[in-house]
Amino acid sequence: MNRTDIIRAAAESTEIGNPILNISIFGAFVLVTLVIVLRASRNNKTAADYYAAGRSFTGPQNGTAIAGDYLSAASFLGICGAIAINGYDGFLYSIGFLVAWLVALLLVAELMRNTGKFTMADVLSFRLKQRPVRLAAATTTLAVCFFYLLAQMAGAGGLVSLLLGINDQVGQSVVVAVVGALMILYVLVGGMKGTTWVQIIKAVLLIAGAFVMTVWVLALHGFNLSELLGAAASVGGEEVLNPGKQYGVSDLSRLDFVSLALALVLGTAGLPHVLMRFYTVPTAREARRSVVWAIWLIGAFYLFTLVLGYGAGALIGADTITSAPGGVNSAAPLLAFELGGPLLLGFISAVAFATILAVVAGLTITAAASFSHDVYASVIKKGNPGPGGEVKVARITVVVIGLLAIVGGIGVQGQNIAFLVALAFAVAASANLPTIIYSLFWRRFSTRGALWSMYGGLGSAVILIAFSGVVSGSETSMIPGVDFSWFPLNNPGIISIPLGFILGWLGTVTSSRREDPAVAAEMEVRSLTGHGAEKATSH
Amino acid sequence: MSNDARSAPLTDFAEVEASEPFRRLKKRHRSFVWPLTIAFLIWYFAYVLLASYAPDFMSTKVWGNINVGLLLGLGQFVSTFAITTWYVSFANRQLDPLAAEIRADLEAREGVAR
Repeated sequence: MNRTDIIRAAAESTEIGNPILNISIFGAFVLVTLVIVLRASRNNKTAADYYAAGRSFTGPQNGTAIAGDYLSAASFLGICGAIAINGYDGFLYSIGFLVAWLVALLLVAELMRNTGKFTMADVLSFRLKQRPVRLAAATTTLAVCFFYLLAQMAGAGGLVSLLLGINDQVGQSVVVAVVGALMILYVLVGGMKGTTWVQIIKAVLLIAGAFVMTVWVLALHGFNLSELLGAAASVGGEEVLNPGKQYGVSDLSRLDFVSLALALVLGTAGLPHVLMRFYTVPTAREARRSVVWAIWLIGAFYLFTLVLGYGAGALIGADTITSAPGGVNSAAPLLAFELGGPLLLGFISAVAFATILAVVAGLTITAAASFSHDVYASVIKKGNPGPGGEVKVARITVVVIGLLAIVGGIGVQGQNIAFLVALAFAVAASANLPTIIYSLFWRRFSTRGALWSMYGGLGSAVILIAFSGVVSGSETSMIPGVDFSWFPLNNPGIISIPLGFILGWLGTVTSSRREDPAVAAEMEVRSLTGHGAEKATSH
Repeated sequence: MSNDARSAPLTDFAEVEASEPFRRLKKRHRSFVWPLTIAFLIWYFAYVLLASYAPDFMSTKVWGNINVGLLLGLGQFVSTFAITTWYVSFANRQLDPLAAEIRADLEAREGVAR
């Protein structure tokens, strides 16, 4: 029996590596982060401490946390698997995720940091009518967080069967509940500070692990990229080196990819959990440094996944990967096992769980901040929530969202809902980004424009997805039995993103109400100079 | 209803906005970020469209198993890193000192007003 046969046999019996070792390494991660979270949370007193970590992180720290927040299990396991199986098209996907950061760097990060306080809505409602705009921004924030969260929790179930050898429904549900409960604990106790440390530690482990595996794979191929590509092509066929294996099947699939590319490149700068991270640093300059660090780390990581994906294709082969439990997602863990045996697999598995934990924690604190700061304090309590009231509501919201995530995560086990991540990006690009850009750069932009753009962008993206092939009409749909689909693409971005921009413009030019020019002037001066921006809290 | 993110209006911001240093800062910022944004978006979509609609061109071998598509893809990484570095050095040299000057001036004036 050669090594591939051993892996195949191991994969079929669903026990690759040693589940107890995998759990122990993850347990050690939980223990270490928990101690750090508890120590970090001693100073959590005010809303600025709880939502924005007292604005006390440095640019490099925050940039690492951003990488930890952004590199979800989908981008680690998913992109490695996509490159291993579909070759070049998986790589194409990762480029959109990286280039998108330039929008955040050039247009959004510093101006947002200078103008806002805790949430995206702070900036959007700065010079427009407070309550309707805040409510709309909170709605799109909660929608994006919900879609993203559900996708992460569904991923957790798949990981459990792959890494812990637990295949029955009850066992998987228990693990999802444990991951959810841990997340609630971190966010409840640690607030943004705790969440940030979990993300920093996870990012360091993930990038270091990927780096070691990358060097290893390259060493096996004489540090020659061409040789690695040749090895991948000799196993998976010449077409893995060329574009089109996944997206080039038909004209429709090509258009679908262009639509996805649009959502990826414009969505990142509108993701509320990414935007919120800019408030954890003391100045706009540090916000800029954060993005620079994030771009280098994320860029390096995606270069690693290129090597890892082709490495998995060459050393393990697409057939073994697709037939393993977890399917496409098993490429990186199988490669870890092939290279470093059960110990490296245990490490990578623990990192994958830590990834889900860190990303879910970031989404939860963003959703909780948006609900308590925008909906409760500003809309319901009209800006006077009373001392401590806002943070109390935020903590309650964390528990509610955590429980919803657990129930949702158990409910969607085995469902094909990978499209939710793409939907989250599409909503961020169609509902959030137009209003952010218009608020920061167009003085005439009005309340009506903001509302039309946000509700129109959100509504069109969700409706188009609901009537597309991913929800009904084919065997791989979420609801396979029925067919009410009429939208031919799987990604709504190509329609909904231009629509969001057009509605924002149309709402503004048809609006007779003029916004206060004095406040517009104040926002412009503050956004560019940092005058009056929230400072770090000192303890 | 007040916006808690807004400070009390001690300053006439319209006057600051119309002042020469601020207009200079705004022009410098916008005339740098917008052309660059448009340029990298065109470059990115040119790449995406080539990969989608010109796979034969992208599959042309350049050296060993390295083809045009891989080189252009890695080119996206290089351009992203280069734009990042360029913007940071521009902002550090051209934007930050001017912004700090205007901010100091504003704070001094507000100090007098109080």
